[in-house]
Amino acid sequence: MRAIQLKVFRNLWRLKGQVAAIAVVITVGVAMFITYFSTFDSLSRTQATFYERYRFADVFAGVKRAPNHLASRFESIPGVAQVDTRVVAEVALDVEGMSEPVSGRLISMDVARTARLNDVALLRGRLPEPGRTDEVLIGEGFALAHGLDPGGSFYAVINGRKRELDVVGIGLSPEYVYAIRPGDLMPDDSRFGVMWMDHKALATAFDMEGGFNDIALQLVPGASADAAIASLDRLLEPYGGLGAFPRSLQISNWYLDSELRQLRGFGLFVPVVFLSVAAFLLNVVLRRIVAVQREQIAALKALGYSNAQVGWHYAQWSLLISVVGGIFGIWLGSWMGRGMIGLYNDYFRFPFLDYRLTTGVVLTATLFGLAAAIVGALGAVRQAVRLPPAEAMRPAPPALYRKTWIERLGIERVLSQPARIVLRNLKSHPLRTAASIVGIGFSAGLMIIGLFFLDTIDVVMDLQFNQIQRQDITLSFVEPRASAAFREVSRLPGVLDAAPARSLAVRLRAGHRTRQSAILGIETAARLQRVVDTDFRPVDLPPAGLVLSSKLAEILRVRPGSTLTLEVLEGTRPVRQVTVTRTIDEYMGAQAYMDMNTLHGLMREGRILSGAYLRVDPRLADSLYARLKLIPAVAGVALKSAAMIEFQRQMDEMMGVFIFFNVVFAAVITVGVVYNVARIALSERQHELASLRVLGFTRGEISSILLGELAVLTVTAIPLGLAMGYGFAGFMVVVFDTELYRFPLVITPRTYAASALVVLLSAALSGLLVRRRLDHLDLIEVLKVKE
Amino acid sequence: MTTQQAAVFDARGITKVYDMGEVQVHALRGVDLQLMDSEVIVLLGPSGSGKSTLLNILGGLDTPTQGQVFYRGSELTRAGESRLTAYRRHHVGFVFQFYNLIPSLTARENVALVTEIADDPMDPEEALAIVDLTDRMDHFPSQLSGGEQQRIAIARAIAKRPDVLLCDEPTGALDISTGVLVLEAIERVNRELATTTAVITHNAAISNIADRVIRLADGRIDGIEANERKLRPDQLSW
Repeated sequence: MRAIQLKVFRNLWRLKGQVAAIAVVITVGVAMFITYFSTFDSLSRTQATFYERYRFADVFAGVKRAPNHLASRFESIPGVAQVDTRVVAEVALDVEGMSEPVSGRLISMDVARTARLNDVALLRGRLPEPGRTDEVLIGEGFALAHGLDPGGSFYAVINGRKRELDVVGIGLSPEYVYAIRPGDLMPDDSRFGVMWMDHKALATAFDMEGGFNDIALQLVPGASADAAIASLDRLLEPYGGLGAFPRSLQISNWYLDSELRQLRGFGLFVPVVFLSVAAFLLNVVLRRIVAVQREQIAALKALGYSNAQVGWHYAQWSLLISVVGGIFGIWLGSWMGRGMIGLYNDYFRFPFLDYRLTTGVVLTATLFGLAAAIVGALGAVRQAVRLPPAEAMRPAPPALYRKTWIERLGIERVLSQPARIVLRNLKSHPLRTAASIVGIGFSAGLMIIGLFFLDTIDVVMDLQFNQIQRQDITLSFVEPRASAAFREVSRLPGVLDAAPARSLAVRLRAGHRTRQSAILGIETAARLQRVVDTDFRPVDLPPAGLVLSSKLAEILRVRPGSTLTLEVLEGTRPVRQVTVTRTIDEYMGAQAYMDMNTLHGLMREGRILSGAYLRVDPRLADSLYARLKLIPAVAGVALKSAAMIEFQRQMDEMMGVFIFFNVVFAAVITVGVVYNVARIALSERQHELASLRVLGFTRGEISSILLGELAVLTVTAIPLGLAMGYGFAGFMVVVFDTELYRFPLVITPRTYAASALVVLLSAALSGLLVRRRLDHLDLIEVLKVKE
Repeated sequence: MTTQQAAVFDARGITKVYDMGEVQVHALRGVDLQLMDSEVIVLLGPSGSGKSTLLNILGGLDTPTQGQVFYRGSELTRAGESRLTAYRRHHVGFVFQFYNLIPSLTARENVALVTEIADDPMDPEEALAIVDLTDRMDHFPSQLSGGEQQRIAIARAIAKRPDVLLCDEPTGALDISTGVLVLEAIERVNRELATTTAVITHNAAISNIADRVIRLADGRIDGIEANERKLRPDQLSW
């Protein structure tokens, strides 16, 4: 190996503590990039393959009931490549081991046909046989949640009659990768199951022979989904069309896409933070190295090394650190990516979800790491190149010190000499001081990003489960029906309080913008399901007009006072003009509300209800569930407690991992910054500190000068970091502002305190490491060496 | 080696002004000088007299504010950075007062630093043999005495078989007996390799080893004298 190369390795080895601290920051940056992007890559490839292989449809629509012959009309819509008509039915299930009713969705499949849209990947068993009304293929999540295998069975209330269904196969569909029951916050496989039955058998069971109530279209590549949707809606209109929608609004796909978007966003943001910090550290450390090695640089140049060779020599330091960090980062990233895919396997169900780390991702991550190295080395390399060899022979001029503005404020008298040294040191390197503060601030900010989710979720949960939903159970009827059903349910033993529920499927139209939604009828002074805004104030609905959630108003671009066209998608399908009387801020969904009586008036209906809200006596809950399972009118039962527990469980699982990594990463940044800044300060000042020791200062006193500098940095960085964290959290709030949910920007003092504490502890740890060196300062040796 | 041969360096009217912000420091004020092939000259003068500046300019480390410097007929003062680098790499050997060894490299590796980029270098071992340090080859600078370090620096300077050897206070940091060893090494290089050698010192005793002594004061040449009675380093005392 060439001598100049040896110099690089030996110098780096000598600085191994600092090198390691920087390499770890790069490792984390590269690892995060690899984790997020390899996961993104694996998920999106799997999604694309699954969608393509199992022909995930491009357009979906529901209809009350349409005759089979209409299908040929769909085929002639321009751009349509394939049409599938199906029967889809919501059923109540009775599964062994669950006292409460479970919701099921029965979907018909044309077993005889080969190229079905939204086809099911058969994992085990076989497809149901044609004509068999007792055979179903069930989704894998549901099967796992209940330990159901082919050969097992459970009960379903089909068209008012309780029937035993035999499981013949287990499968997965591209339509239910994220199998969430509409209206739920999280998927819950034990309470919502998707199952497939032969088309003829299902049509017969639901009196749908010769007809269908669900349509899926596949378009030729490049065809306009909007045009197809418009044509489809026109054709379905006379049959009670519920509005067609594109793949992008299909619920499972929507969740998957938004997850992918988030992965990509985080995958850029987090690594950029880490690599910026790494670039800063490289810059500071290398500049110091170049300053220390002034005379070596001069010698090299005098010996005939060119500027390019000298520059490259120092660039190599940076590149080597980055390569070492990068290699570990790739290794760590692929390990974390694998773990992340493992986590995703519990949320998104694919027949195959393999972790793949592509060369492209590895290369891009490596380039990111190298970019940090280059940016970090730039300043030092320029300094080394520009250093005139003759000038380098002479020691560097002393740094320019001035009195700081704090001193000039007149508090000079109260500052001890060591305190003045600390302040002036910080002042003499303003850029480094500022960058160190920002760097340490980043770690506090990262901590807040991690912990803030706990705070905000608490608020959302409190609002949702304690203020809005005061009922224990939300019942939905198979079809809207007269209040007799409600009276029957409310008189069941165990029901403490009951309130009627009315939800109306509508399409809202404002100019050319439309949205399918449901209007929820709310009674005056509602006790159970209420409307509560984000300030936790119950909202009394005005007697006339429509109240929109702000999000829905934003989507439709309407304000209070605007008029909307309201197309009802059930019953006689009236079309009405309504005025938006108010908008309210909410965290979940994009709802529309109307006073219950106004809604009845709008529909010119009597007391027609679509379900009921119940408060129940927990001691009688089990027997109540048993009774509910027997009521044919009841299609679905949603339990608040189950939703809360499931929500909490999934959040804990995800947030636990997320927060653990955030703490580690924040510590990595703090240690990286504080340790390096301290080592550089020590290297710059060992003469000065040793001189002070010779003058009679104690170890503690000189430590306080060096550590005091770090303390000032850290203490200044914490409020800044907390403010940065507030900003990051605000950014997250914007990122997570979707149609399905929003989060308030709420950060509790606990989160601020914990973030500050992690930074303080990491800084203290780094300080201790440097303090050890200070204690072993060899006075004679240090003073002998020529600076 | 007093026979007059071709001029290796021809410097005419060199002026060097350092701009130190508010003040201008005149390090050299119009110096004319010639250095002949194979001769040993000693540049004598108090500190601040411009010795080092002159040496740096001759060695291609620095450029004058005014004036011309020719090295074997080609003008250094018109050479760009890359030509100066090539000039230093192939023709000049430097020895500094504080040795300027690379602390992370052993003696042999410090010499190799030069032999690896020079055209027709000696083996590092050969260069170390000339300064009589083959037994300390694998020591790091911190394990060597000041005199030993300076002899390594000389080995490093001569390993490329330079045309000129420029030494800036080579004994400045050394005691007399160690200084003599270093000067013997310089003298031997001049004798065996016929390398034109310039030695800076503020120590008048050392001028006894020179062919010519050039006195500098306040940035000007104060006198040039030929040394009729050249002494061997071991005959010096100070």
